Amino acid sequence: MSKVIEGLKYSESHEWVKVEGNVAFIGVSDFAQKEMGDITYVDMPEEGDDVLAGEEFGALESVKAASDLISPVSGTVVLVNAALEDAPEAINEDAYANWIIKVEMSLPSELDKLMDAAAYKAFIGE
Amino acid sequence: MAQFAFFPHTSADVEAMLQKIGVQKLEDLYSDVPAEFLKKGAYALPDALSEQEIRDYFTALEQMNAHLKVFVGQGAYDHYTPSVIPYLTQRSEFLTAYTPYQCEISQGTLRYIFEYQSMICALTGLDIANASLYDGPTAAAEAMKMAIACTRKKTRVLLSRTLLPQVVKVVETYARFHGVEIGFIKAQEGETSLEDLQAQLAQDNVAGAIVPSVNRYGIVESHAGFADALHDAKALLIEYCDPSALAVVKTPGEWDADIAIGDGQPLGLPLCYGGPYVGFMAVKKDCMRKMPGRIVGQTVDKDGKRVFVLTLQAREQHIKREKATSNICSNESLMALWVTIYLSLMGPQGLREVNRISCDGAHYLYNELLATGKFEEVFPGKPFLKEFVLKSKVAGLPQKLQKAGFFAALETEEGYVSFCVTEKRTKEEIDLLVKTVKEG
Amino acid sequence: MKYYDKLIFELSKEGRCGYSLPANRFPQASELPAGLCRKAPLPLPEVSEPDVVRHYNNLSQMNFGVDTGFYPLGSCTMKYNPKINEEMAALPGFAALHPLMPKELTQGANKVYEEMEKCLGAITGMARFTLDPCAGAHGELTGLMIMRQYHLSRGDMGRTKVIVPDSAHGTNPASAAVCGLEVVEVKSLENGRVDVEALKPLLDSSVAGMMMTNPNTLGLFETQIKEISALVHGVGGLMYYDGANMNPLMGVVRPGDMGFDIMHLNLHKTFSTPHGGGGPGSGPVGVQAYLADCLPAIKVSGFHGNFGVILRAYAYILSLGKQNLRKVGEYSVLSANYIKECLKDVYKLPIEGVCKHEFVFDGLIDDGAHDDVPGATTLDVAKRLLDYGFHAPTIYFPLLFHQALMIEPTETESKETIDAFIEVMRKIAAEAAQDPMILHDAPHNTPISRPDETTAARNPILKYQDTL
Repeated sequence: MSKVIEGLKYSESHEWVKVEGNVAFIGVSDFAQKEMGDITYVDMPEEGDDVLAGEEFGALESVKAASDLISPVSGTVVLVNAALEDAPEAINEDAYANWIIKVEMSLPSELDKLMDAAAYKAFIGE
Repeated sequence: MAQFAFFPHTSADVEAMLQKIGVQKLEDLYSDVPAEFLKKGAYALPDALSEQEIRDYFTALEQMNAHLKVFVGQGAYDHYTPSVIPYLTQRSEFLTAYTPYQCEISQGTLRYIFEYQSMICALTGLDIANASLYDGPTAAAEAMKMAIACTRKKTRVLLSRTLLPQVVKVVETYARFHGVEIGFIKAQEGETSLEDLQAQLAQDNVAGAIVPSVNRYGIVESHAGFADALHDAKALLIEYCDPSALAVVKTPGEWDADIAIGDGQPLGLPLCYGGPYVGFMAVKKDCMRKMPGRIVGQTVDKDGKRVFVLTLQAREQHIKREKATSNICSNESLMALWVTIYLSLMGPQGLREVNRISCDGAHYLYNELLATGKFEEVFPGKPFLKEFVLKSKVAGLPQKLQKAGFFAALETEEGYVSFCVTEKRTKEEIDLLVKTVKEG
Repeated sequence: MKYYDKLIFELSKEGRCGYSLPANRFPQASELPAGLCRKAPLPLPEVSEPDVVRHYNNLSQMNFGVDTGFYPLGSCTMKYNPKINEEMAALPGFAALHPLMPKELTQGANKVYEEMEKCLGAITGMARFTLDPCAGAHGELTGLMIMRQYHLSRGDMGRTKVIVPDSAHGTNPASAAVCGLEVVEVKSLENGRVDVEALKPLLDSSVAGMMMTNPNTLGLFETQIKEISALVHGVGGLMYYDGANMNPLMGVVRPGDMGFDIMHLNLHKTFSTPHGGGGPGSGPVGVQAYLADCLPAIKVSGFHGNFGVILRAYAYILSLGKQNLRKVGEYSVLSANYIKECLKDVYKLPIEGVCKHEFVFDGLIDDGAHDDVPGATTLDVAKRLLDYGFHAPTIYFPLLFHQALMIEPTETESKETIDAFIEVMRKIAAEAAQDPMILHDAPHNTPISRPDETTAARNPILKYQDTL
């Protein structure tokens, strides 16, 4: 059973968004980290890069797989979680405590297209 | 039909197997192939040869090639191959293994690749080497792609006019299809021009520059200021190296290069008409994830033993498919073993000694040729090791030398003649070559 | 196999040497200017010749090759590598030949290239070959460059897509991307073949061509190949044949007759040259006559390709001759079908019917899963095979099945060897049904077992200097 946290928004590609004002913290769901298995590397964008909703902004890598990270919102990357560079396993340990990028949103209305916790639970069939 | 040595099947075996499958005859195994595609009539191939006939035929072919003393380099160097190398590389456990997918029964391959990577790092002075690429020119093409991938959004890679022509050709081919714009850095007195490099960097779309450590004229280039100029422009310095010469010349690491590439052939590989050779690549740590090719790493097994595995595979085509760092899915493993054994035998001292003898022999030839009065210097005072160019005043010089048993004085695109002397060339051979020139 | 733990660096002792060089009889040349000299230490090992010989002998004994035993690695065609070929390629007139010698001095080599092109043409039905590429993936890339070159040379600039089946080798999309082409995937049908109906809507004037492996990676012949070729040609695209699976067609079917315009061969698979632990290989590219003009503009290796590999393959073709060519194809198909039929009652066969040189099981029928004990996976079966002295099949490829186990026996294995393999595969299936734990812990009899690959990728140690 994967953990789903109330109050976050979720995408169909299993990213979560935590909104603080005009800023979005983006990570991957517990379901996604379980699917990946032991994460060995998080490929992240650079600060200042633009991201687009529905477009990839990086990737998670395990020993035998790689999975694109898809941005749920559009905007500019204001911070990347540098701690993940040396400790990608943090996502396996707690997917919600470890955001990947922080984005200054350019179109906050995009959030409306995302799922809430209940809808995401149903989406992953739990 | 008579049995054939490579096929163990007897007619009784075939019969029994067909029966189990539930078909009558071998042709039935192709019942799914539309009849129009089944080849009718005989194949236009020669008759089968016995082993002895193969031996006779290949020996005859081999005799049709000229057997000359090699005084030419230009990317393929006639260094000595210690007999230990072919002896060990012919061991069937190395020779007949596939890529080390099952690490439990490929520790031999994985260990020597780890040693190879360590040695390439030692030679180049950089952090991380891959398990090898096809050859030097394709390694340069991979480095070009890597520069684009590392710098993002940039589209142009510069090549020095002093690079070997075959390197330029291959890089240009890859660039044309990969959508990379190629620019050239002018040569000045036989060396890559820093001034011209700086001028070209005024455009902000340059991802990197490939420059030779020892160039096609044999000159040991100075790259003072290159790294600064390129790094200021957020571009990569890529050095194309003769790995044998790296024992004595300033390393890519010392020049602060980001990527070192080249051909491992001078490390004891036979000339073999151009291949198989082995491309090497070493990079700074921050380029690691963009590096193409296999990489072997150390870890432990479930009992805590030190073991070696293919690692960082998420960069590769079988996982990333079209997003992979490269389409390469193998290396030149056996040739990497060849290089590893060579470097083990030579050690630091042997490799320096090879350079010493080759360099002294080349300077001896250079001076003796000049003394004939039939040559002019092209780049007076420029430092060189085993290879150099001159202007020749002798008509038909290469042909005259061929008749005397030498492959020498290869014409460059400018019309200079290029010579190379390795530790294999004796003083007697050089004296005879010079005598031939004098008499010509 | 015994475990041997040394690295060559650990045998090093200052002052030892393993080289023997002639005395320097030349006057000493002036030193390089100090600014051009290496100042960094050179941390290569210092070892004697006997040290080197024993070390690499010991390493070799932790390896498994075709000469060690059965190697049913799917899509890799691990056939016997004839020994005479090694000896011939080492003849001094070949091994000491400088690649820049003028043509009049390399008559023997010239003839090898000419004859090889003729032989490959006869076997495949292609008009011209370039022998430049050094591997299969390198051949693919070259072939796609030819494809693009052809379109561009006709001023047909808009062809940017290449169609690749979802069952394709991973190199296909990667090669297409390196060549600047966009990859469009076409789905397979339940029966493992390309879905022609799904292909149709993908076809338009933006398609440069389509890459196919035939038989495909499931070992199945693409029975609708004629229709597929016609459709792709109909929109002006070219058909590319991935020759990785050419072995079963040897002497029976020619890609050039099936509508393919460009193809590559893997000399290190179909033409018996040794894999050398991952190379060197050779990936010649063949084209139909109308594409011959596109070849000279494309230069993908420094000199003339892997001449040493080409020589070995040429010797192999001459050993086969026209008399034995067909047996390569037939026996490879015979062996694969025989294994399939003998094991399909214990391993899941997702697609029934005759296969070509290889086939794919989708794991065990009874994986032994019970209560809290997870069932035996394909990885477990592969690792257990190592215990019994066999190399594992290709696993988890193609991606169409979750537990893919891809078996390719080749024509050079005897019925006795194949029967022994079948017996072991059945034994493993029985073990799994009884107690999957035996398999989860396998291998038990190899020098090492189940390395920690996660740590290897998280904290890469990639050279000896990192371990100090």
